[in-house]
Amino acid sequence: MTTVTMTVNGRTHRADIEPRTLLVHFLREHLRLTGTHVGCDTSQCGACVVLVNGRGVKSCTRLAVACDGADITTVEGLATGDELHPMQAAFREHHALQCGFCTPGMIMAALDMIARKGTRLDENTIRKELEGNICRCTGYHNIVKAIQAGAAAMTGGVRQAAE
Amino acid sequence: MTTTGIGASVRRVEDRRFVTGKGQYVDDISRPGQSYAVFVRSPYAHANIKSINTAVASSAPGVLGVFTGADLANDRIGNLICGWAVQSKDGSPMKAGAHPALAQGKVRYVGDHVAVVIGETLAAARDAAELVAVDYEQIPAVVDLARAQESGQPQIHAEAPRNTVYEWHLGDKDAVDKAFAGAKHVTRLEIVNNRLIPNAIEPRAAIGEYDSGTQSYTLYTTSQNPHVARLVLSAFVGIAPEHKLRVVAPDVGGGFGSKIFIYAEETVCLWAARKVGRPVKWTADRTESFLADAHGRDHLTTAELAVDGNGKIVAMRVKTKANLGGYLSTFASSVPTYLYAPLLSGQYDIPAIYCEVDGVYTNTAPVDALRGAGRPEATFVVERLVEVTARQIGMDPAEFRRRNFIQKFPHQTPVIMMYDAGDYGTCLNKALELADYANLGKRKAESAQKGLLRGLGFSAYIEACGIAPSRAVGALGAGVGLWESAEVRVNPVGTVEVLTGSHAHGQGHETTFAQVVSQRLGIPIEQVSIVHGDTDKVQMGMGTYGSRSGAVGASAIFRALDKVIAKAKRVAAACMEVAEDSVDFNDGVFTARGTNKSMGFGEVALQAYVAHKFDPDQIEPGLKESAFYDPKNFTFPSGVHIAEVEVDPETGATRIDRWTAVDDFGTLINPMIVEGQVHGGIAHGVGQALLEGAVYDGNGQLLTASYMDYAMPRADNLPSFTVAMTNTPCPSNPLGVKGCGEAGAIAAPAALINAITDALGHEDVAMPATPMTVWRAAQRARVKQAAE
Repeated sequence: MTTVTMTVNGRTHRADIEPRTLLVHFLREHLRLTGTHVGCDTSQCGACVVLVNGRGVKSCTRLAVACDGADITTVEGLATGDELHPMQAAFREHHALQCGFCTPGMIMAALDMIARKGTRLDENTIRKELEGNICRCTGYHNIVKAIQAGAAAMTGGVRQAAE
Repeated sequence: MTTTGIGASVRRVEDRRFVTGKGQYVDDISRPGQSYAVFVRSPYAHANIKSINTAVASSAPGVLGVFTGADLANDRIGNLICGWAVQSKDGSPMKAGAHPALAQGKVRYVGDHVAVVIGETLAAARDAAELVAVDYEQIPAVVDLARAQESGQPQIHAEAPRNTVYEWHLGDKDAVDKAFAGAKHVTRLEIVNNRLIPNAIEPRAAIGEYDSGTQSYTLYTTSQNPHVARLVLSAFVGIAPEHKLRVVAPDVGGGFGSKIFIYAEETVCLWAARKVGRPVKWTADRTESFLADAHGRDHLTTAELAVDGNGKIVAMRVKTKANLGGYLSTFASSVPTYLYAPLLSGQYDIPAIYCEVDGVYTNTAPVDALRGAGRPEATFVVERLVEVTARQIGMDPAEFRRRNFIQKFPHQTPVIMMYDAGDYGTCLNKALELADYANLGKRKAESAQKGLLRGLGFSAYIEACGIAPSRAVGALGAGVGLWESAEVRVNPVGTVEVLTGSHAHGQGHETTFAQVVSQRLGIPIEQVSIVHGDTDKVQMGMGTYGSRSGAVGASAIFRALDKVIAKAKRVAAACMEVAEDSVDFNDGVFTARGTNKSMGFGEVALQAYVAHKFDPDQIEPGLKESAFYDPKNFTFPSGVHIAEVEVDPETGATRIDRWTAVDDFGTLINPMIVEGQVHGGIAHGVGQALLEGAVYDGNGQLLTASYMDYAMPRADNLPSFTVAMTNTPCPSNPLGVKGCGEAGAIAAPAALINAITDALGHEDVAMPATPMTVWRAAQRARVKQAAE
């Protein structure tokens, strides 16, 4: 067993884990944060994206021990009380989700995109940047619209994404 | 008037939990003391099992049990079933082999279930699964559908000589032969409908649980139809009687058909829970999803269309071999027969149609319904034939379609269906306008200047949704009725719970069904909640597939609401001391005609429960009603999709430049959700046409078993879509709705292949039209043009 310490959604957790524990399993099974999903186990579908120190990471292929000391944000950490994060609100407003399974990864990937590219995103950029996230329900049409709108709504508030 | 009724693009009720990570999918559920199942799967496509040694695995650390097909047989656990009996043309019943949940003596595809290991932890089960020693005697695999029925091929099931499950037909062969003999022009196409792997992003998962105190079972499962699962697991597999078995299908991450079926893994988890005395959990990894989820499509077809001298279609003849895989999955037999051939008339007035279908076993994963199920296959046949015919006789493809459209409704086709309503010409005109068809030539010239080939393709599709009525499908071999149930519970404070037998896995029923209630009862949507997916809550239901939940499920709610309103009127009349027939109900208010008396809906609900103001001999207390709704007919959504592409002849890359969809779904409950369903369907169809294709090698090894090898549509493969509607309400259900979940997947493949072949000067292109395939076709076209 190895001890890891991580700040997840603003709370510090210390746990003894098997060294082979993946970040996604640490989040889902040790912390019971089941909003981060596993869709493919091989870092292609993107359902497991979380922010590690502000940047998007596929948590199904990252060892939890590699994140010792890191600051993690999952989809559960975005809303403020009942108030949705602008990106969450944009996904709802633009009907950018159907079954909801890929959604947490899409939202976190969108925040990563904004952290790297800023809040002014055109359609082409968003489509290219979503290469690592698969959705089987929506045809991406409304996801693209939501990310564009969510990003615009965050102008001046990028801080939230980086936190 | 409520603003959350029918026709409003209400934002989805269910989204808050999904965007905040609070959805509850099966893998998110942990039961106290749960153990983990790992399946030992066949590495061979076809082999006899000489022996299985489980001793070493059983004694490995953390192992609770190792079970094989022999253990299932000892417990008298029944086989998995195929619920639709299809007869061959000679009247003989289909020849179905046994489908045990764990193999008994033989494996029939790579990924077939040989044994299960239950461990304290997933890692323990995984490690021990590698210690199960199976002695296989390999048999040559039957992989090539075209040759599977030849004599000399190994026989996969003793019951099915020539690996043929049935040789089925539909239509009037003599009339078709006669029409072909007198035709002016005949178009003939060889069509491969490629094999697809469904790939809902949530993998299948199950938790089986047994309570020895009450001797009852619970199965949490990724199902589109939990009651059907309970029925099969009780009545056929025989694990527990229905009243001792609860099936829960919580949030489900996409289905597309693949979560209709009753599979081996879920069955084994339920049964094994009692064997090991602990809850048993299994979640597929993605490779297991590729190997063992039921696949879709996989047809080889010869199709012919006959036309007269005026460009009128006179007959169609179709011969299809349908790959059913190594076992018959739950509804496999019906998909290439009754869900396929009855759609071959498309939107056209075709006097005579004849279709033959052979259902064929091969050593591949079972093949069953996938988004569209039979209808995409039919539409591809019809719309490729129509397009190619128009080109061959030199007529504009839009004009050729218009000339052959059905004009009058109801319309009886020669292949079972009675189309109840439609307006195909209006739909086509709207699509032509939105797609700017008039300026296509100009755009083609502009592309040519860049060295690119531009093409445009139509797909004028028809589909049949809300498969029904029960008596009719029963006569055609269905083992179940296809009604839907609803129960409306009005609480004393006027809030409403609706229990539905439909199941949502992305469709947004919690919103759309609540809109129907909001509209009928005149209450805001916030006062309504929809309950589904738990057999302990909802008494019975048939689930969600075949775009049936609007037409059938919401209609059942509509009928139950009729009863609620009727009862509430009686309560209101008693309270207001007026005659029952003088009470009107509008926008949530009961008024007594000719008086100034009125009561709100909530007030009446409360009075129904306090029961102070009416005679219990005349009116029962309470306000709760239910309905089972069995439709009169299928519904017939239709539409025209137009794809416009640019092909680079140097690389074979196809870029979709624009997509125009005009669909007729009748009444729209929530246009935003309907458009979302269309978008997703188009993407699925684009996936089939451009990217996706399951590939088995000659030994039956699946070469496309990960996202590295199987190309899923991604955001940059697709354009934004232009989606519009026309509206001819469906006369066959009280809401006038038709169904929209599969339309895009049905329409898109033909539109895209028609567009690419248009770009390539009519050279045929097989699906998936990968850059390699398109590049080769472009080279052939170039050679031909040079020769001319």
